Amino acid sequence: MKFSESWLREWVNPSIDTAELVAQLTMAGLEVDAVEAVAPAFSGVVVGEIVSVAPHPNADKLRVCQVAGGADGEVQVVCGAPNARQGLKIPFATVGAQLPGGLKIRKAKLRDVESFGMLCGEDELGLGEGSGGLFELPSNAHVGADLRDYLGLDDQVIEVDLTPNRGDCLSIRGLAREAGVLNSMPLTEPSCAPVAAQLDDVFGVELAAPAACPRYVGRVIRGVNVAAESPLWLQEKLRRSGLRSIDPVVDVTNYVMLELGQPMHAFDLARLQGGIVVRMAEQGDQVELLDGSKASLNADTLVIADHEKTLAIAGIMGGKQSAVCAETRDIFLESAYFDPIAIAGRPRDYALHTDSSHRFERGVDPKLQAVAVERATALLLEIVGGQPGPVIQVESEQHLPVPANIILSRAKLQQQLALTFESDVVSDMLRRLGLDIFASDGQGWSCRAPSWRFDLSIDMDLIEEVARIYGYNRLPTATISASLPIVGSNERVTALSTLRQQLTGRGYREAITYCFVDPDVQKYLSPGLESVALANPIASDMAVMRTTLWSGLLPTVRRNLNRQQSRVRIFETGLRFIPGHEGLEQQSMIAGAITGSRLPERWTNSREAVDFFDVKADVEALLQQGHSFDQFCFIADDSHPALHPGQCARIERNGRLVGYIGQLHPRLQKVLDLGQPVFLFELLLSGVIESQLPAFKGISKFPEVRRDLALIVEETVSAEALCNTVRQNAGSYLIDLKIFDVYQGKGIENNRKSIGMGLTFRDSSRTLTEEEINAAVESVVSAMKEQFSASLRG
Amino acid sequence: MENLELLASEAQQAIEQADGLAALDQVRVEFLGKKGKLTDLLKGLGKLSSEERPAAGARINEVKQALQAQINVRRDSLEDAAVSAKLANDSIDVTLPGRGEESGGLHLITHTMERIEAFFTQVGYKVEEGPEIEDDYHNFEALNIPSHHPARAMHDTFYVTGNTVLRTHTSPVQIRTMKTQEPPIRIICPGRVYRCDSDLTHTPMFHQVEGLVVDRDVSMADLKGTIDQFLKAFFEADLPVRFRPSYFPFTEPSAEVDIQCTNCRGAGCRICKNTGWLEVMGCGMVHPNVFAHCNVDTTVYSGFAFGMGVERLAMLRYGVNDLRLFFENDLQFLNQF
Repeated sequence: MKFSESWLREWVNPSIDTAELVAQLTMAGLEVDAVEAVAPAFSGVVVGEIVSVAPHPNADKLRVCQVAGGADGEVQVVCGAPNARQGLKIPFATVGAQLPGGLKIRKAKLRDVESFGMLCGEDELGLGEGSGGLFELPSNAHVGADLRDYLGLDDQVIEVDLTPNRGDCLSIRGLAREAGVLNSMPLTEPSCAPVAAQLDDVFGVELAAPAACPRYVGRVIRGVNVAAESPLWLQEKLRRSGLRSIDPVVDVTNYVMLELGQPMHAFDLARLQGGIVVRMAEQGDQVELLDGSKASLNADTLVIADHEKTLAIAGIMGGKQSAVCAETRDIFLESAYFDPIAIAGRPRDYALHTDSSHRFERGVDPKLQAVAVERATALLLEIVGGQPGPVIQVESEQHLPVPANIILSRAKLQQQLALTFESDVVSDMLRRLGLDIFASDGQGWSCRAPSWRFDLSIDMDLIEEVARIYGYNRLPTATISASLPIVGSNERVTALSTLRQQLTGRGYREAITYCFVDPDVQKYLSPGLESVALANPIASDMAVMRTTLWSGLLPTVRRNLNRQQSRVRIFETGLRFIPGHEGLEQQSMIAGAITGSRLPERWTNSREAVDFFDVKADVEALLQQGHSFDQFCFIADDSHPALHPGQCARIERNGRLVGYIGQLHPRLQKVLDLGQPVFLFELLLSGVIESQLPAFKGISKFPEVRRDLALIVEETVSAEALCNTVRQNAGSYLIDLKIFDVYQGKGIENNRKSIGMGLTFRDSSRTLTEEEINAAVESVVSAMKEQFSASLRG
Repeated sequence: MENLELLASEAQQAIEQADGLAALDQVRVEFLGKKGKLTDLLKGLGKLSSEERPAAGARINEVKQALQAQINVRRDSLEDAAVSAKLANDSIDVTLPGRGEESGGLHLITHTMERIEAFFTQVGYKVEEGPEIEDDYHNFEALNIPSHHPARAMHDTFYVTGNTVLRTHTSPVQIRTMKTQEPPIRIICPGRVYRCDSDLTHTPMFHQVEGLVVDRDVSMADLKGTIDQFLKAFFEADLPVRFRPSYFPFTEPSAEVDIQCTNCRGAGCRICKNTGWLEVMGCGMVHPNVFAHCNVDTTVYSGFAFGMGVERLAMLRYGVNDLRLFFENDLQFLNQF
């Protein structure tokens, strides 16, 4: 909310400067967002009057004016403004004046005619954009008055960012109350004395939804002059609060809203039929609103209607058809109390956020309605004239909010704030806040919240008030003490941080990508899998939740390739979202993507590109963290739609699928506009972090013996199958098995391959004999021949 | 025997002149070998009388030992020279970079979160996590934000269905924890959160670390101390910290926490909008309605909660000047950390 400091000071004027006032409000929880001078610095500008206008002898567009208002009496000023005319009152920068931007006014000659000063437009004084002419001041402006004094320009516009609980501060009165509390000062309130009725005219009001609108105050005023102009002081106060002047009736209702916090509305009485009915809308009701838009209403929306039609959305916006217009003679003023629950959320439903809805959503003082009508009536009579009828007040007492009775326990206050307060200090704070203390003793205080502090309902609310008024930063500060037993940690789970470290140690950079991804990318990566869609995505390419981390990683790879990075190694950890029959699953994943050269470009490093076995080594490193690597197996799988059918494996742990690894399908590579092959992995965290304690095995003092075999087998035989056969047949002394070579080509038949395997034997208690080792190797060779028609390479 | 002196001096010269180990060995063989010249002399001793023989033999052996010693010295020197020559030949440019992979790195957000976690876990907090697609109850209702509460407008919520949302804060983890654990509770909840907002200073996804302490006799003084100590530790500076009354539906009293502007040290600058202060987190005493949802007995327990934006803290700590960089994942950015 924006407000004028000088307006606030009309209500309460503590002897502190703007900076102190702003700091005080901020530190009381009314955060000041901005402070802006109403006008930039200038001096020597007075209210001037153009006494006469004559043509300039040497210039068509200039005129020579005699201007009154300066200290030296009437002087001659050359002026080019098109609206310069006799009798006009304007800002007159006298000789010696300083204008914004540092311009100093001097005696001058314009085309040989002497000029003693300058007549100003709004723009030249930094007061607005200006109309290209002079700033026309009201005809009753006092000639010779300093313009800053006349317009009250030595003022600041202060913008407070109010929290939703402080609806009571959405008015000058509310802010003044707060400043009064903080400075222990009473308020100077303007008169809101009842204005006596001059007519008997009343207008029927029916509360058909009394829970939503338990109080409605109205008044007929006949014979208003809508053509009258709002006085300058009113326009200025509105302007400094961020509102435009519209017409005097609307201006007054807005003014009362700003001043007291009660949103009001004025209907054109001639356009109302029968009487006012405050009721819930019928589903599909149509209403044309003040802003020209048409709304189709929901049944949960409170409306103001007459006996024939819906007039307005209650508390949000008035209707066009019943609005005050140039022809209006008689008006009906509305000042109602709406339950915040009945208004809250509706502005968003209709995308209609107004000054009125902003206040009603947060709450308006339920005792304010009649006061506001009296204040508005008095102002209207002053500005547009007319004759008021009696105040019409209809209410449903049982539905009106009742201020809370709150018991504040001294013990709890002290416990929560860790401070002992003098009873008088607390009582004084509560009274200043408007609370009615009806009982107090050593144990605490029983009090009733004022009608405007509808946010106060429980003891913690009052503890916060006491803390706030006392000052949060004056409250004690302590180091928390607690018993700190050592608690166990589960070593049979690999920490995510360990896995991250493995990957960063292997040259990966961690990425963090949005969890909402492009459905057009994701449909390729996990076709057939439904994605969780957002009801209100921020963009169409951020519309569904990822079902695989690749949906974020691949675009990241592309972005970097497009930015001249030819080698990318990235990983990410986080949730993927899989809808399922038993509900949504949110699974923690770790995934990576690599592309480009195997090693960073360096004088020692080859330029070879990464392949499947690079990414596989990285995955193996992750799987080895849990000391259970033998539980995992990589199974060739040509069914993953996103991966190269010949370079893809699913990873299983004891038969359970825990992830995939492979090359991005070349077709997708093209679709995703990636210029080079990308190798991917993704692991289900819960499937890989379960681990075992490392188990110690004795160290053998005896020598190990290695035998290398080169076997020629069909190329389709997998290394894993060969290794299994070796392990099954090599006996218990085999302690290590390595594949040291795979060869196809010259010297090997087509469709066959040579595979070199190194077998290492050792026993823990003795040196093995040549015969034992030979027998083991023989056994392996014959099993190979039998199972795979393997031949020894010569 | 006059030959002996001559021979000795000849051998000495040859040893001195041997320019390699092979040459030196040749000298050794020539003079001291089985058929060497000195050995020949020894063999010739037989021709001498038995009176002359011991003295002559002793003299020859003396010379022989002296020569052997000289050869040894010469050999050591030649060997040293050979090693030095080889080393000289093997010297490399040690300023060339090393072979193989270079180190990668964590995302700055992960690093910052881990660092925050470390401050709290060292004083007994546990790390708790929760789902990111949340239900209305845990994200709002149980946190004292009923539907149509104006505070909901403070959260630009991504909806999945009518009552499922992308969590707008990590506070739902508080609820899940209090519903399953008995006090004392000391937890922090790091994680991703989502708001339907995207501009220069907002990304639709960001990270929070939430903290919750529930125990007997927890006071606002404890809260203030915790926050103050954390922020000073995080920034490794004796930063002024201030608490400003604010409003969160799930805490009361509630506070925003400001630190003195890390850029201008409080003098006022563009970053702190000339206030000298930067808002870094929110906190407060747990609201009784939240405790009620979680069946925590407020006559016995009280507690505080706090929440901080990780990106904000990381930007201030490391001088990152554009929030959006965190999620663009440009290697130029990632490689810096």
